[in-house]
Amino acid sequence: MSDITLRLDVLKTYKLYVGGKFPRSESGRVYEVTDSKGQWLGNAPLGTRKDTRDAVLAARAAVKGWSGTTAYNRGQVLYRVAEMLQGRREQFAAEVAAAEGIAVKKAAALVDAAIDRWVWYAGWTDKIAQIAGGSNPVAGPFFNLSTPEPSGVIGVVAPQTGYGHSLLGLVEVIAPAVAAGNTVVVAAAADAPMPALSLGEVLATSDVPGGVVNIISGKTADIAPTLATHQDVNGLDLAGAIAADGPGAAATLEAGAADTLKRVIRPALDPSAQDWTTAPGTERLLSFLETKTVWHPMGI
Amino acid sequence: MAKNKKTEEPQAQAAAAPKAGLFEYAPAPESPAAAGDIATSYGHFIGGEFVDSSGSEALKTVNPATEQVLAEFAHGTDEDVDRAVAAARRAFADWSALPGSERAKYLFRIARIIQERSRELAVLESIDNGKPIRETRDVDLPLVAAHFFYYAGWADKLDFAGYGPNPKPLGVAGQVIPWNFPLLMLAWKIAPALATGNTVVLKPAETTPLTALRFAEICRQAGLPKGVVNIVTGDGRTGAALTAHPDVNKVAFTGSTPVGRAIAKQLAGSRKKLSLELGGKAANIVFDDAPIDQAVEGIVNGIFFNQGHVCCAGSRLLVQESIQDELLDALKRRMDTLRVGDPLDKNTDIGAINSAAQLARITELTAAGEAEGAERWAPECELPGTGFWFRPTLFTGVSQAHRIAREEIFGPVLSVLTFRTPAEAVEKANNTPYGLSAGIWTEKGSRILWTASRLRAGVVWANTFNKFDPTSPFGGYKESGYGREGGRHGLEAYLDV
Repeated sequence: MSDITLRLDVLKTYKLYVGGKFPRSESGRVYEVTDSKGQWLGNAPLGTRKDTRDAVLAARAAVKGWSGTTAYNRGQVLYRVAEMLQGRREQFAAEVAAAEGIAVKKAAALVDAAIDRWVWYAGWTDKIAQIAGGSNPVAGPFFNLSTPEPSGVIGVVAPQTGYGHSLLGLVEVIAPAVAAGNTVVVAAAADAPMPALSLGEVLATSDVPGGVVNIISGKTADIAPTLATHQDVNGLDLAGAIAADGPGAAATLEAGAADTLKRVIRPALDPSAQDWTTAPGTERLLSFLETKTVWHPMGI
Repeated sequence: MAKNKKTEEPQAQAAAAPKAGLFEYAPAPESPAAAGDIATSYGHFIGGEFVDSSGSEALKTVNPATEQVLAEFAHGTDEDVDRAVAAARRAFADWSALPGSERAKYLFRIARIIQERSRELAVLESIDNGKPIRETRDVDLPLVAAHFFYYAGWADKLDFAGYGPNPKPLGVAGQVIPWNFPLLMLAWKIAPALATGNTVVLKPAETTPLTALRFAEICRQAGLPKGVVNIVTGDGRTGAALTAHPDVNKVAFTGSTPVGRAIAKQLAGSRKKLSLELGGKAANIVFDDAPIDQAVEGIVNGIFFNQGHVCCAGSRLLVQESIQDELLDALKRRMDTLRVGDPLDKNTDIGAINSAAQLARITELTAAGEAEGAERWAPECELPGTGFWFRPTLFTGVSQAHRIAREEIFGPVLSVLTFRTPAEAVEKANNTPYGLSAGIWTEKGSRILWTASRLRAGVVWANTFNKFDPTSPFGGYKESGYGREGGRHGLEAYLDV
């Protein structure tokens, strides 16, 4: 009887995050998630190809509204995510510690870094055009201006390895895409999806419109190829494509993405050696942008 | 200035009587209590504390709509300025050494607290300045918060701003701001200075110190390190002491061209970096194909926004001769509906003139307009009996030589000139020592761009006017000053580049 406590914890039912709602997988299936020592952490929904396609639909529906908001508004929403995440710091520290097999103190530092990463991208929303656009001095009586626009729906294979991958790495692949005005469908890290599924709860309470970020847990080999080959996905971030071969391998996914000429971010050469605490540059921010150039004559 | 004809009516808080006509407005007064507690007297904010002045001289700030004294505040002495600069200098090493991401978070905090307290600040600004609550609520305060939010984001991204890797701050910035947009000008000065790692001593205008002092409280709520922001109140003598202080590395001034010129002379030979945002005499050019109703709204917004106390106001209307009559008829009809009166009434379009001195200047210049032969017109409207008021006024038959076409009136007074060809419009628009802003009204895009490319002005609005955004650089050509505020360009004024 020694394992009976005075008060029993209420465990969370982890769910997908799609279109601003928290559905179970259409498969009705879950899979066991364990910590680094093999201890059971919980059951995660086993998201399917169908769940992924539903999420793409939700992401597509959100493009018009999200890309149409002012950059200032998007910045405030992203900052709101940081505010909400700060309030749940301890919860995420525990989840990251369990997911990555590190001490809670180290995990808390990773959560802090994740909060600051949202702030970093919140500040970028209204500056992207100022570093990636500009007027072009064409040789003629024309006004000529280039401005960046978001690509649309981005499929993201979330990082599955590397220090800080479970939350900080996840933020690093979501935030820049949405800062630029894209919407995303994320294949959560298969072995450590808890921080990702909990992040959905943060996003849902942060003024992020439903459908802007969609998070699917399950087998990468099911979800990632669906994103890569989907006709209505415009870009693909392969950060977590770590399979050596098969349908989940980066090369296979990139080849699938080529059918609709998706913009692709390739994974690091050695994803397991990646340190997600490294300060980001602008690659992810600028990868899922289209440059639009407008000409207009000047004359009386 | 029109006299109030119904002196027997209580009029201190009464908005102008509604026009007879289709619509009559009931008063919709904002509560003055929303401004929060106003102390009877204020000291300076130095090193994170409110402190008494070393001197005993106190100035008074009045509500220009009622002429009632709102509070006394300290006149900053040379010694006060010295203490403030020393506090800023002490704070500089740690502040500039903070990672940009940490400086950013302080500024984000300030932006959020301003958003939270925006109603309080808007009402306080209206009371101290005289501008309508509709403008403080819908223009000033949203822009103030947005400005801090925007520059917060730059604090950790300076490497990407186009000034080379790791650009350095200048040190202590001495900033002197005007009374027309007290809190907005504070934001334009403080946000980029702090984002780039400088510390500041700011002197608000002597007729509008209250929101700057309230901002000091916000800095404390945000936990801003002591001495990073210092506020020293006073008049022009305090400003001169600040800009002349040997331990100030950067001077930023917004105000009149004569004072800007004097500061530039004062700083000659020093190593201080200087940015100046000075006067203007903007041309608002209306071509014959312009959408008339839209243009009329733009003209009204251009000159009557903020009682015309706007350095970039569209104070010279250049209208193509062929549409002059039609446009002026429509403009007068529109001016007839403007409501002048209680700044705290949400229906008020034109509030109080900021001070007796400014009212005297407007009165003097408009008298000169009549004396020089221009024809004056203003709609009939009653003005409150106490406070400083001026009816929206336009002058026709204005020549380029008239004082009202050359000098900045800084009041709700529009001078109308005409032109026949686009080239003539450009010629007349540029015929001024100023070069802050301009407006163009035409349905033809190529004509907008042709005209804009020829105007010697720092901001050109096409089919709109008086639009501001933290991402958009603002500043003048020629004697309207130099340096830009806002946007990526606004960082340069506070970086050693």
